[in-house]
Order: sequence, then C-alpha cells, then structure tokens
Amino acid sequence: MTVRVPIVENILNANDRLAEENRTCLESAGVFSINIMASPGAGKTSLIEQTLPRLKGKLRVAVVDGDIATSIDADRAAQAGAQAAIQVNTGGDCHLDAVMLRGALEQLDLTQFDLLIVENVGNLVCPASFKLGTDKSVLIASIPEGDDKPYKYPGMYRGVDALVINKIDLLPYVPFKMDYFERGVEVLNPGVVTFPLSAKTGEGMDAWIDWLLGQVKSKR
Amino acid sequence: MHELAVTQSILDISLRHAKDAGAMQIKGINLVIGEFASIVDDSVQFYWDTLAEGTIAQGAQLHFERIAGEMTCSNCKDSFHPKDIDFACPTCGSQFVRITKGDEFRVDSIDVE
Ligand SMILES: Nc1nc2c(ncn2[C@@H]2O[C@H](COP(=O)(O)OP(=O)(O)OP(=O)(O)O)[C@@H](O)[C@H]2O)c(=O)[nH]1
Ligand SMILES: [Mg+2]
Ligand SMILES: [Zn+2]
Repeated sequence: MTVRVPIVENILNANDRLAEENRTCLESAGVFSINIMASPGAGKTSLIEQTLPRLKGKLRVAVVDGDIATSIDADRAAQAGAQAAIQVNTGGDCHLDAVMLRGALEQLDLTQFDLLIVENVGNLVCPASFKLGTDKSVLIASIPEGDDKPYKYPGMYRGVDALVINKIDLLPYVPFKMDYFERGVEVLNPGVVTFPLSAKTGEGMDAWIDWLLGQVKSKR
Repeated sequence: MHELAVTQSILDISLRHAKDAGAMQIKGINLVIGEFASIVDDSVQFYWDTLAEGTIAQGAQLHFERIAGEMTCSNCKDSFHPKDIDFACPTCGSQFVRITKGDEFRVDSIDVE
C-alpha cells in the first residue's frame, strides 16, 4: 500500500543551512561580506579593481573569486591590492554555493580582514538561488547589456540589496532607456539602493565606496 | 543550468524523510515549482535516473506541479500573469505591481511503501 508522507521542504534547504553557518562564521570574526553577481563581462572584476585601491589603509580586504576555470580574476584582485585573493573553480557549475564559499573561508584567517568580497560566477540566473551567507548581495547591471534585463531576469533583480549600474561612460553610444530600466527595477525591488558608475573612468565610484565603508562601520 | 545540484537536493530530502517514515520504497515525489524557479523538468528527471540508482528511490516518478507566475496591482488589486516586456497592470495601467506567486520551490510530499 502506498502512503503519502507530507514534507514541504524547500529544495535548496541544505544550501541555505550551510549559508547560515558561513554567516555565523563571518559574523564571529567581525567580517562584513558582499556577494557580487552579474552576467559575464558586466564588470565584476573591474569594480573590484577600482574598489581596492580606494579602500587602501582603511580596510583589510579578502577577495574570493568564483569562476568555472582559470585564476585570472583572483590574480587581478591580488594585483589591485587585495590582502588575500582566493580562486574557487566551480568545475563547470554556473554559480557559487555555500559549500564552495566555506571551502574558501577555511583557507583564510578571517580575523585578519574587515571586508570579504565574493565575485560570483558570471551568470544572470543561477547565483540568485544559491545563498552564500554573505551580509549583502550586490548586482551589477551594465549599460551594453540593455535596458530590458530586469524584465527578462526578474529573479536576479529581486533578491539583491544594492544595484550597481556599470559602464555609464557608454551611455552616449548605446541605446539604453534609463527610465524603462528603473521602472522594472522598482517593481522587482522597491527602493533598492543604486550606484550608477563607470569602473573604467571612476565616475560615480565615491558613492559606492561611501556605502561600503558605511556598511562595514555599522557592522562593528 | 543547476539541475544536477537541485536533483541531488531533492533526492537527499526524499531519502531522509522516507527513512524517518520507515519506508521500504519511494514510489513518487511531489514537487511544487513556481514559474520563476529556473528549472527544466526533463533535466531533473534525467539526473534522477542516474542519482537515484541503487537507493530506495530508484524508479520513483517525479511529479511537477507548476505554479504560474502572478503579479498583483497595488492600485486596483487585480492579479495578472506578468509579461516580460512591461510590468504594468493590464487593467488600470498602474506600475505599482508586486510579484505574488511563482517563487515556489519545494518538495511537497513523497509517496512511499
Ligand atoms: N567602457 C567600459 N568598459 C568596462 C567598464 N567596466 C568594465 N569594462 C570592460 O568590460 C570587460 C569585462 O570586465 P570584467 O571586469 O572582466 O567583467 P566580469 O564581470 O568580471 O567578467 P567575468 O568574471 O568574466 O564574468 C573588460 O573589457 C572591461 O575593461 C566600464 O565601466 N566602462
Ligand atoms: Mg570577473
Ligand atoms: Zn491595476
């Protein structure tokens, strides 16, 4: 005889629980952490490269870089002044998950850092589903991707705590209706804090850095 | 694209609950998946056949209950299916709308012997 056993459990429950453990671990070391997500080439590493020199002497920063292969991005972060840069190769996976971040955290003496920046795998879908246990998640949208992305990738826009709009130096050259873009964002994530900037020219970086410093400070 | 990880989670959850219930065999898995959860049924079934092999869940049928995405207008309270070109309310044109359904992503129950 077949019987039905009720369960009602979120499918990614195991990942969520591990993410909570990561959070506790970072919390007890006093580290503020962000998870940067974006499509490939949106400028995640470029933003990190622009950010690190501006935090020099203020914060001790560790960077964890997720990529399907290569250590190019971690090398760039180290070059830009990260006190530690760890590459996590996901072996084909389209996102970082809480297990992978834990593996990276185990390689770090967390008491030596104030800020952990995680660069997720370039992907506008999957990383949104896998919590890592970081304090805040940040999405980078970039101008050449087009203004319709909130409508096409709502999942990614909904869960984030901050939105960086990168490559604003390209606004004169690419059709991008900012009000159409912002309307989609507002529906999905009302009132989310937004930073239009260029990781190439540095324009708009100050507001982003102020926000980061403020977040780290309020954590202490 | 992360169907493998998802399938493994579904299997882990099912096996754990089957064990707690003292089941000999899992016959069916009942999943509730919203439209905004980016998962392809066929891929999950494909991985399932491999991952479940040799467990009491081998041969179990996966049932997907799909929940359509829904937005609700804050102005006129109408609910509608979101169009991906524009989120405005089709009834009153308001842009004050919120997603109210489509995030479901859970193992609802299992059928066991
Ligand atoms: N014009 C312009 N180009 C930029 C800007 N930011 C980044 N780029 C360029 O965009 C390209 C991709 O930048 P990356 O920082 O490598 O992007 P990413 O998101 O880290 O890419 P993946 O890690 O491969 O997913 C590079 O050629 C950068 O020089 C910007 O603000 N303006
Ligand atoms: Mg990168
Ligand atoms: Zn309406």
